[in-house]
Amino acid sequence: MTSGEARLAPRAGVLPGFGLALGFTVLYLSLIVLLPLAALLIKASSLSWREMLATVSGPRALAAFRLSFGASAMGATINAALGSVVAWVLARYRFPGKRAFDALIDLPFALPTAVAGIALTAVYAPTGWAGSHLARLGVQVAFTPIGVVVALTFVGLPFVVRTVEPVLAKLDPQLEEAAAVLGAGRLHTLRRVVFPAVLPALSTGFALAFARALGEYGSIVFISGNLPLRTEIIPVLIVDRLEQYDYAGATAIAAVMLVASFGVLVVVNVLQGRMSRRGGAV
Amino acid sequence: MPTLLLWTAVAALGCSHEPGRGERTLLNVSFDATRELYEQIDAAFESQWLAKTGERVTVEQSHGGSGKQARAVLAGLEADVVTLALARDIDVLHSKGNLLPADWQGRLPDRSCPYSSTVVFVVRHGNPRGIRDWGDLARPGISVITPNPKTSGGARWNYLAAWGWALQTSGGDAGKARAFVAALYHNVPVLDSGSRGAATTFGQRGIGDVLIAWESEALRLRSELGARAVDIVLPSVSILAEPPVAVVDRYADAHGNHALAEAYLRYLYTPDAQEIIARNFYRPVDPAVLARHADVFPKLRLFTVDERFGGWASAQKTHFSEGGTFDQIYQAHP
Repeated sequence: MTSGEARLAPRAGVLPGFGLALGFTVLYLSLIVLLPLAALLIKASSLSWREMLATVSGPRALAAFRLSFGASAMGATINAALGSVVAWVLARYRFPGKRAFDALIDLPFALPTAVAGIALTAVYAPTGWAGSHLARLGVQVAFTPIGVVVALTFVGLPFVVRTVEPVLAKLDPQLEEAAAVLGAGRLHTLRRVVFPAVLPALSTGFALAFARALGEYGSIVFISGNLPLRTEIIPVLIVDRLEQYDYAGATAIAAVMLVASFGVLVVVNVLQGRMSRRGGAV
Repeated sequence: MPTLLLWTAVAALGCSHEPGRGERTLLNVSFDATRELYEQIDAAFESQWLAKTGERVTVEQSHGGSGKQARAVLAGLEADVVTLALARDIDVLHSKGNLLPADWQGRLPDRSCPYSSTVVFVVRHGNPRGIRDWGDLARPGISVITPNPKTSGGARWNYLAAWGWALQTSGGDAGKARAFVAALYHNVPVLDSGSRGAATTFGQRGIGDVLIAWESEALRLRSELGARAVDIVLPSVSILAEPPVAVVDRYADAHGNHALAEAYLRYLYTPDAQEIIARNFYRPVDPAVLARHADVFPKLRLFTVDERFGGWASAQKTHFSEGGTFDQIYQAHP
């Protein structure tokens, strides 16, 4: 890309069809993504700014926003840390049962989330087998915000593993050897050589897990207990509004959620673009 | 055009009946807790209709949360009849969609409620916590399971039953009623999103000392878990839960099904259907059938939503709207 006008033109490729492909992309995105979003915003816009503000700033709504964003960020952070370790093991080592282990990672993608919620609740409820042991230690997981984080960690797991793993697999071990030869300690190598290389993928995985967690409903309604001000997530509040036939209120909450999530994703994307420009040369 | 194709594909996925056989279908959109009831009613109605008219009809059922089902009908799920958990969910079909006339409730006998239920308690076998009446549910240390009244239509009956009892015992003091209901919900460790979820929490998960449930669900739970697992406790006074039924004129007319739809709903009042209703744990409206099942449905002192709360519109506004009493008791007891 040397000049301004080159930006819109396709790069000369072997296969033709840029115009057609772009047209199709725009149409497809419009139908699948933009159309429902536009409907959402039109519905929400039937409220005045003042009503909209009142809808999304009540104590229940604020508590739910805090829990939804807080627990999603926490789940995504846990996944970023522990998911990277899983990805490292899958990319670097061979061990018996690796295939099965590998397939297990994708299970949260395929499992209906209600099933996940019921299973997690059965395990972590104060009467469940894990929950009863934890209860003796004075820790309650199900029906508390901790349960929400556990469920969101579960649904977000594949995103980090599946984005980081291919990058790690492609990373040439010779780089690490070179670092070691040049006198870097193990931690130093990990921090200065491996980490910068996977950071863009890691942040993508984090963003995907976070976004996925924000929209999660099916598993949370079972494990959270839906207690107002304590364990209610935003999607539950939206359902509550719909139960009152308050479509405008429901869409107002949804629109705020949408704008906030979009903002978070944009920030992550920008950060990621910067990181890959800096560290992408590896 | 692509959207049209998509809709056709979706419609093809959704419906599996074959219209080629000249067979009419009737869609009954109902709520969660009537699945088993209408499976039996529909089969009985189909054979009765065949014997009477020689016409083969198929009744299709759709079940889900009552409010969700009403919204689906509003959004274009073309139900010939609706059989929902509360009158309000049918009222909105008039007020928000004009799908049936405002006076729909007067078109069938007994204000369009061919069966009723009430709100009772399910406790562990032998009633170890000694739960006798509503007042016991607010005792410190008692763990109460009931779904979230904001998301579950059935749970709103539970809430209003508790409120109504407190109003009655305090001589109409709304402040005392609110304090009682607040103490009761303070004892609720989990607010499931629907009635069946709450029954699972109590029955399968073993959480809670007492489950507040519709009598129909309580009897069903006892028959599933066995009489050695749980007992049913009848409070001194409770609410008359009246799930109404109605023909959705706009859609039934469009399908040419109006007469069939009405016959279907009128069938619910026949002794045969009333017997099926009783066997599925709903209180039949026919006194003779009710008398036959008096051992299952003991006489109770019941109040109606209209008597005590001035109808559903007012109850909804006072208790379950944004900032209503349900929100207030949680803001006082975070």
